[in-house]
Formats: sequence, C-alpha cells, structure tokens
Amino acid sequence: MRVPVSWLSEHVALPEGADAPGPDELAEAFVRIGLEVEAVHRLGPVTGPLLIGRVLEIEELTEVNKPIRYCRVDIGELEPVGIVCGATNFAVEDLVVVARPGAVLPGDFAISAREAYGRTSDGMICSVHELGLGDDHTGILVLPPDEATPGESAPELLGLDDAVIELAVTPDRGYCLSVRGLARELAATFDAPYGDPAQLEVPGSEGAGWPVHIADPTGCNRFVARRVTGLDAAAPTPWWVRRRLALAGVRPISLPVDVTNYVMLELGQPMHVYDAAQLDGDVVVRRAAEGEKLRTLDGVDRELDPDDMVVSDATGPVGLGAVMGGASTEIGETTTDLLLEAAIWDPPTVARSARRHKLPSEAAKRFERGVDPALPPVATEFAAQLLVRYGGATIAPGRTDVGRPELPDRVTMPLDLPDRIAGVRHQRGAVVHRLTQIGCRIEVTGGEGITSVVATPPSWRPDLAQPSDLVEEVLRLEGYDRIPSELPPAPPGRGLSAAQRRRRAVSRALAAVGYVEVLPSPFVSDITWNSLGLDDDDPRRNTVGLLNPLEAERDRLATTLLPGLLDALLRNAARGQRDVALYGLAQVVLPHDDVPPLPEVGVAQRPDDETLDALQRALPTQPLHVGAVLAGQWERRGWWGPGRAASWADAIEAARAVARVSGVELTVVAAANPPWHPGRCAQLWAGDRSVGHAGELHPGVVEALGLPACTAAMELDLDALPVSDHRPAPVVSPYPPVLQDVALVVDAALPVAELTATLLAGAGELLEDLRLFDVYTGEQVGEGKRSLAYSLRFRAPDRTLTVAEASTARDAAVAAAQQAHGAALRS
Amino acid sequence: MSGPNDAYDPKQVATLAPETLARAVVEAQAAFAQASDLEALAAAKSAHLGDRSPLLTARREIGALPPQARADAGKRLNESRAEVQAHYDRRRAVLQGERDTRVLREEAVDVTLPADRIPAGARHPITTLGERIADVFVGMGYEVAEGPEVEAEWFNFDALNFGKDHPARTMQDSFYVAPEGSGQVLRTHTSPVQVRTLLERELPVFVVCPGRTFRTDELDATHTPVFHQVEGLAVDEGITMAHLKGTLDAFARAMFGETSGTRLRPSFFPFTEPSAEVDVWFPEKRGGAGWVEWGGCGMVNPNVLRACGIDTGRYSGFAFGMGVERTLMFRNGIADMRDMVEGDVRFTRAFGTEA
Repeated sequence: MRVPVSWLSEHVALPEGADAPGPDELAEAFVRIGLEVEAVHRLGPVTGPLLIGRVLEIEELTEVNKPIRYCRVDIGELEPVGIVCGATNFAVEDLVVVARPGAVLPGDFAISAREAYGRTSDGMICSVHELGLGDDHTGILVLPPDEATPGESAPELLGLDDAVIELAVTPDRGYCLSVRGLARELAATFDAPYGDPAQLEVPGSEGAGWPVHIADPTGCNRFVARRVTGLDAAAPTPWWVRRRLALAGVRPISLPVDVTNYVMLELGQPMHVYDAAQLDGDVVVRRAAEGEKLRTLDGVDRELDPDDMVVSDATGPVGLGAVMGGASTEIGETTTDLLLEAAIWDPPTVARSARRHKLPSEAAKRFERGVDPALPPVATEFAAQLLVRYGGATIAPGRTDVGRPELPDRVTMPLDLPDRIAGVRHQRGAVVHRLTQIGCRIEVTGGEGITSVVATPPSWRPDLAQPSDLVEEVLRLEGYDRIPSELPPAPPGRGLSAAQRRRRAVSRALAAVGYVEVLPSPFVSDITWNSLGLDDDDPRRNTVGLLNPLEAERDRLATTLLPGLLDALLRNAARGQRDVALYGLAQVVLPHDDVPPLPEVGVAQRPDDETLDALQRALPTQPLHVGAVLAGQWERRGWWGPGRAASWADAIEAARAVARVSGVELTVVAAANPPWHPGRCAQLWAGDRSVGHAGELHPGVVEALGLPACTAAMELDLDALPVSDHRPAPVVSPYPPVLQDVALVVDAALPVAELTATLLAGAGELLEDLRLFDVYTGEQVGEGKRSLAYSLRFRAPDRTLTVAEASTARDAAVAAAQQAHGAALRS
Repeated sequence: MSGPNDAYDPKQVATLAPETLARAVVEAQAAFAQASDLEALAAAKSAHLGDRSPLLTARREIGALPPQARADAGKRLNESRAEVQAHYDRRRAVLQGERDTRVLREEAVDVTLPADRIPAGARHPITTLGERIADVFVGMGYEVAEGPEVEAEWFNFDALNFGKDHPARTMQDSFYVAPEGSGQVLRTHTSPVQVRTLLERELPVFVVCPGRTFRTDELDATHTPVFHQVEGLAVDEGITMAHLKGTLDAFARAMFGETSGTRLRPSFFPFTEPSAEVDVWFPEKRGGAGWVEWGGCGMVNPNVLRACGIDTGRYSGFAFGMGVERTLMFRNGIADMRDMVEGDVRFTRAFGTEA
C-alpha cells in the first residue's frame, strides 16, 4: 500500500512545529507498531520556475515522421512561450505544467531552452512521471479546467513537498490497507487526535433501492447498492483525486472508476460500478452454477466454478463477486446511470476465486483479509456524493442494504495478561488506553479477585478473536522495546540423541578422509532413471511427485541421493575440477502402498491417536541416506610418484568408514545392481539387513550421463544402519606376538571375504589379527587360481606365546581353508 | 714369551723405560690427531692400542723385570695406556660429532615440499552452521527435534493456525505433493516440528529444530527453493516474551560476540501471537556494525497449543526461527545464494571442516 503523507495527515493531527515528524519518522513509527515499510518516496525536489500554463495553439510539425507539436502556452506573462512537445494527449485550452529553462525536475533533470525541429523550445510541458507524481507514463499531466490559473506556481499546487510511504501490510491487518486504518495507527502511536473518514452521515433511504437478493449468505453477508443518475459522462476527475490516485499507484480512468478507487483507498471498502442501464432486473448474489461463463472486465471469458460467488441479473452472471466485474454491465464513455455496489464477501471464498482465476486484484486483496462490514453504506454514500459534486449526478431515492454482517465477538482477557505475557509491568491504565485507541469498546469487570477486560473489538478488527490478540495490540503500541531480556530457567536437556551424534560423526568421518559435502537436490526427473539404467520395475522408480514443480521435468522427489550427487560431480567436472570426491546426507522419499484415506482433522483440540497415526502413515517413508561419488585421481600424482585413480574400492571403503562410525561391521557381497557396474558392485549388509551398495558405476551409465570414466559411488540407508551405543572394550594383552605369513592358492572366483572369514574362524582365539597383504595371479599358481597372502598375528592373553603354539593355530586355519575352499599352501 | 727365569736383558727392559712410554704416548696422540675420519682413527687405534702396539708389546716384558721393579713398571705402563685411551676417546668424540653433523646435513630435505596426496575434504558450511546453532541451544539445555520433509498439511499449516484459505497460506509458496488432495506438502518451514514435538513429548518442552525446507522460489542470487531453517520452541509454565528476548539475545551473543543482541519489531505469523521480526546487531556488518534482519519469533499462539492438547491456561511458550542460508550469507559475506546450492568444491573447501 502506497500512501501520501498529506493524505494521512488529513485524518490525524500529527504534532506540529519543531516536533512535526518527517516522512522518515512516520516510517519508523509504522515499523515500531508492526507495519513493514518498503520505501519512502519523497516527491521532488523541484527548483526553478515551474508554472501552470494554458495551451493556446498547437502546430503539428509534419516534417518529422513521429508526432511532434509546437505549442504556444500562456504562462501568465505578456507573451506566450513556445514549447516543442512529443506528447499528444492534450488539446488547446488545456491547463498544463510548464518547466521553464532553469528549472530542475526530480532526478536532476535540468531544463534549458533548446533548438528542436527548427523551433526554439522555451521549456517543457511536463508529464506525471517527470514531475515525480507517479509511474504513469501515459502522457502530459493535464489539469482540469478552473483548477488553476496560468502563471501560478506549480509546486504548491501539485503538492511536491509531499512524500509517499510504501508499506507491506501483514495478512492479519486488512484494515491497514486504507488511509483510514493507517491514520488510526499513527494516531495511536503519536497519541494524536484522529478523525475517522468513515464518520460520514448516511441519510436514511427514501424508498426502495435496486432489488437484490443474497442467495448465499455465507459467500456474501452484506450487499449495499445506491443508484446515481444523470451523471455528466464527460466530467473530469478532480485534480486532487487524480493526484492521490497517482501517488498511490492507481491509474486514473474515468470519474466513476476513480471515485470508487478513491473510496477504496481512503476507507478500505472495494466497490463496483454497474451501468444501470445494462443491468437487467433483480440482482441475485449466489454461487455460480456448474458450467456458467462470464466475460470479465479484462475481456477474458471465464469458466466459473461452483465455488465462485457471482452477482447475476436476468441475463446471468454480471460480476465475479469481490474479484472482478463483468464486461456486459461495464460503464462506458456515455454511461450516465450508475449502480454503486459495496458488499462484504466471505474471505476464504474470495481467496479461492482470486487464486483460481489468477486475479489478485486490489479488491480481492482487501476482501481476503476482511473488510469492515460497517462500511458499505458509508462507502456508497461517499462515492455517490463525490459523483454528485464532481459529475453533476443525482442520487436516486432508495438504498439497497441486504444481508446480516458478522461483527467480532467480545473478548474477555485478564487485565494483567499483557504484563504476564510480556514479563514487564506496564503503566496503570495502559491496557484500557491502548485497546480504546484501536477502537475497542472496553468494560472492566472485577470479581473473584481477577480483574478482567471485556473488549468489544471494532467492526474492522475481525482478527481480534482471543486474549492473545489483545495482548499483542497492547504490547506493540506500548513498544516491544520495553520488553526486558531475561533467560528462562534452564531445562534438563539430554544432549544429542545417538542418531544425531552419529549423523555428525558420519559427516566428519567422510570429510576427514577427503570427501567434500554437497547438498544434493531433492528434485529429479523420471528420465534420470533411464540414464541410471534402472529396470522398469526398479523400486527406485516408484517416486512421490509434485503438483507444482519449478521445472516441469524435475517433478519427482528423489528416492536416492545419487542423481543429486552426480549432478554436483558433473558441475564440478564442467568447471575443471576433475578429481572430485563428494558426499551428501539427506532424506529421500519412498512412497508406500499402505496409504490410509486422509482424515478430516480439526484444530480445536488434540486429534485422537488414531487420526494422528493415519496422518503419519499417509506420509511416505523418508529415511536419511548418505551417499558419496568420486572420480578422477583419489591420490594425486606428485614428487612422490604417480597418483592413484579413484575406484570401486574407495567407494566401498567410504561405506565402511560410515559403518565404523556407527560401530557396525559391514558384510560385503558381490551384487549386480544398477547404476553400478555388474562386476564391480558390492551390496552392503549390516547383519541380515541390506543397507546399501557401493562400487564403480556401469560404463553405460557413465557414458549416458557424461561422467568421468570409472566414476564410483556408494549409498547407504543410514536409518537402516544401527547405531551401536555400547561397544565392549577389548582385552589388550601385554605379551609379545608371534607373526606368521601364509599364502594360499584358491579358485580365483572365491571372494577374499569368505577365505578371510574361514581363516579367522579356523585359527581360533590366539589369532589377534590377520591382514591380506598380497594378491597374485599368474603362471606360478595356474589358470583360474590366485594366491592370497596373509600376515597373521598371534598372541596369548596371559603368557608369552611359543612359535610352536602359533604354528599349530596357523595350521588349523590353513586346514580349515583347505577343507572349506580347497585352498593349497603356496610353496 | 719370556719366562721368569730369563736372564736380565737391559734392551728389553728399555721398552718399559719411562721415556720410551712417554714417547709412545706422544706418538699415539699424534697419530690420533692425524686421523681425519673414524676409519683412520680405527687404524690408528689398532696401531697404538692394539695387540701389536708398543704399549701392549711392552706389557709382555714386565715379567722380565726383577720382581721389585715390576709393580713400578706396571703402574707406569697402565698410566700410559690410560692416557693413550683418553686421547683416543677425545679424538673419537670429535670425529663422531663431525660425522653426525655431516650425515644430518646430508639427510636434510626440502620441508616445503607438498605432501597432499589426498586432497582435503570439507563439510558444507550450512551443515556446520546448523550444528553450531543447535549446539548453542543444546548448551542451554534444549534438545534437537526432527521431522519429515514431506509433511501433512495439517502439521505444516492447520495446526499452526493457518486458516484453510487464509492469505497467510500463500505467504509461503508451497510445493504440493501429488496427487491432488494428498493433503501433503514439502514443508515450507521447520515449524511443523513444533507441533510434532508438542504432540509427542512431555512438557516442559525446550527444543531446537534444524532442517531442510522448501518453497517455490526460483533459484537466483537471493532465493533458493531448497533452504534450511533453525526453529526454537520453549513451552512451560510462566514462559514470557522477556524469556524469548533473553534467549534470542543469548543466541545472538553466542553467534556474533558479546556486543551483539537483538531487537524485536511487531509482525504477524499465524502460529505466534504476539509476533515479531528479529533484527540482530551484527558487529562485522559490511560498512559498519548495524542491525540485520534475522528471523521471526513470538509467543506460541494459544490456537497452536490447543491443537496439540495443551492447557493454555497453564502453559505458554515462545518460538523463533531463522534462515541458515541468510545467516551464513551475512555472517560470511556470501553474495550469491547459488554458491551454497551448486556444490562447487572450491566453495565448500574454503570452509574446511569448521566446527
């Protein structure tokens, strides 16, 4: 909402003289009480001669191929001045504003005499925009006749010492979308006298008005209509109205439209004007029928929804209630017979209609937030009177006023509640004073030791519904800066949960070994699954979709972190970072079939457990995943020698690092799971639960996505990976170890993990540790075989182990390997 | 070998003469001094202290002396030998010192050589800042609460006092989950976690909820559809707005130093009443210390408490929320939101693993 300061000061007696607040102080005052100020626009500055002129002659300069006029303008001097002008929206006899050479207009626009098209232009005829009076670029500012006399100084007449405050009004304060409401706020802030522009005498009606029936009192609970006849269709809008509209950012159109816009800005009541001659019979206010259509003022044919409220006559809908009027009854250049409408519409219905038809009009904005239901008769009277005064119209006898508007209920609040909520003691009487200032009628009741305030909120404050709403009013007007700063008693918190600690530890562990964290996007495209080579029935293709994605093709929620991580990898590669290891931790979204029907859940009380359970079960499963991708060199080449390429093994090791942090040992099993290479993919198990995969990506996937060769990846379901909070301490023997190496020849297809497990089990308790230190294939071990060399470390917990004992244990391990895998000792 | 009964031989006895021994000592010392390295010294040692050295050879002659002269000669011999040994030890110490110095010098390396075989990893500053904020509150006794990102509208809106068609619902442009009528959105704020916490936990509740949130803002320098918030909630008997202010001030000081603090401006949020915008005093603000818009806060709207089955006559609470991206942007002078989103390793590495 943009509002000129001069308009506000008409209704609030702000301090004068030395204490007079400037625009910036007014803006600060608004901020202090909860109105966000987006900008303060000062008009001007204008210096030098800026005068009113009357156009005496216009000569069209035809030698130029665009409209250029040479005008002679009376500026109250002996001789008229000649001015070249490119605009065409003015005529002889029009009053205009002339900037003479030496004048400087807003934006440091200096005016001088100049030669143009063979004439001397002795100044400039100004537009609204050039004078800084609004964003209207449509042409020259033409003042209505008799508004001024040539030669009069223009800055005073135009009010160029004014400022416009641009405010963002929160959705609870609909009443602040008006000069009336904003002036009242300022009055409360400055404790200044306030004059309510809605305190307008509304005469009794002298007969029947236009017949109107409200068929849906929920959608519209008050409809006031007033007929005005005999309007001079050519009557111009008075300059002061046009000026205020322009400063408020509303384009002047015609007297009736300008007047209703003016009333809306001043009072907050949106209005509509019908051409009464086009209105056919009784008006019915109702919901639209299925399939009904309406051509709205903007010329768009709209299919109406049965939820839309319409104003209809014998011909059908003639307006989309509260949102936009219809084209059939639009007033035109010859309209003299008008019907003025001011109604109160149901805010939710308006909100839905405005959204449905994508018509976020100024009217809808106000109705959505709630319009003072006492306003309609005042607004229609105000508008009608302006049309009488400036358009020579006559108010027809009779006023329509149907419906029964809702007024806010009384709210009872303990008198000390504002103090108790704020934790501060306000001055005696502050509560009653502040609530009275905002328009509440107050009764103070005692009894049972509790003094209460019974507040009847004013009609324009439907937002004051419970004691805490009143508390906010008192606190904001008394000033939030009066609230002291103190800490509540500290609660006995238990710190982070095991899962929360683990999440951090996982992140730190991956960063510690060289991975860089990224925040993978949750939005994926179905096409991604094809690039990843997923089977048609792969469960990862089963996604939750979005109704309104930002990018039409990325309308699915990720079931895996890999697409997001690979995107980041590609972006890095594209920027020249080829050796990249990335990780991310995020929830993924897994739909399930067991979705109960959506329950109707109220908010008046705690929903029952069954309802809460249904809400919860309806949600997709959203486990926390951790993923990593890596490409290029894992170890860089350097003076120490060559680098080492990132590989499937690093990806699996990353998964192991995550498991180690969790205190869990992963079991690694070969698997063939896209998007991984079928021969270089590990399925990772924690106990009997599969928790993820790791390995090198399928070459086809690498090619399809344009990834670096041999890109590797891992992904784990962190929620599926148990967190071990209890880890037993080992027995640390102080006795010396016996080290023994053994090389076993086995089938090349035998997984190392299996042989290792057999050796561990076969060696018995004396084996403290074993490590695979060499893998050999070649002629010496024969086709289809490989030699696996282990280093075994034996140790006894209670004595110095003899070599013979260690050898016996080693032999037992080897025997177990022979038995289980046909392993042969390599000689 | 000479036997005890050998005849007295003056020549042999001469080898034990004091002047002979003295000469042997001088010669040995000279030989040791001449040895320029440990190897040469070893050779000299063998010549002057070895089995065939004059002193050792002389020792064999002691038996040839008359018994009364033997003790005297033996003593002289021992003294000479000790003297030679001492010369040797001193020289060896010198030579060893020289050798050690030389070897260490030869073993010197260029310690400025890089050893970054594996490039450093890093944690995303959004993560570490979120943890840091959570830690401030954990330190104040709060616990960390979490919730799902695909959320029931009831949790995200209804229970937070957003009327069904109230314009407040459109203040936060939501991603709606398919199909139409699913009743689910991508949570637009972390506030639904408040509701979940109040439904699940026993009072009093003091929780902080860091998390990922979503709104339909196109990605540009100042917007991102996926962002992070940290929400705080305290519900207990006698909780006041002064407690809210005190908590925010403590939070501000923990984040931005002892000179920091907060300022409240009245505002509107459906789930708080009274509501306020929070400005924080930021000492390192570009162009000089000043106020920076930080987040929103207020006293939990009794409608929210009621929807969670809490006795509004007995309990009150406060809640507040901040954008992590926004905090990071002004704290670290990040000009473009996209840097935090795109995952360029150069951006994240600059933050290391800051804790």
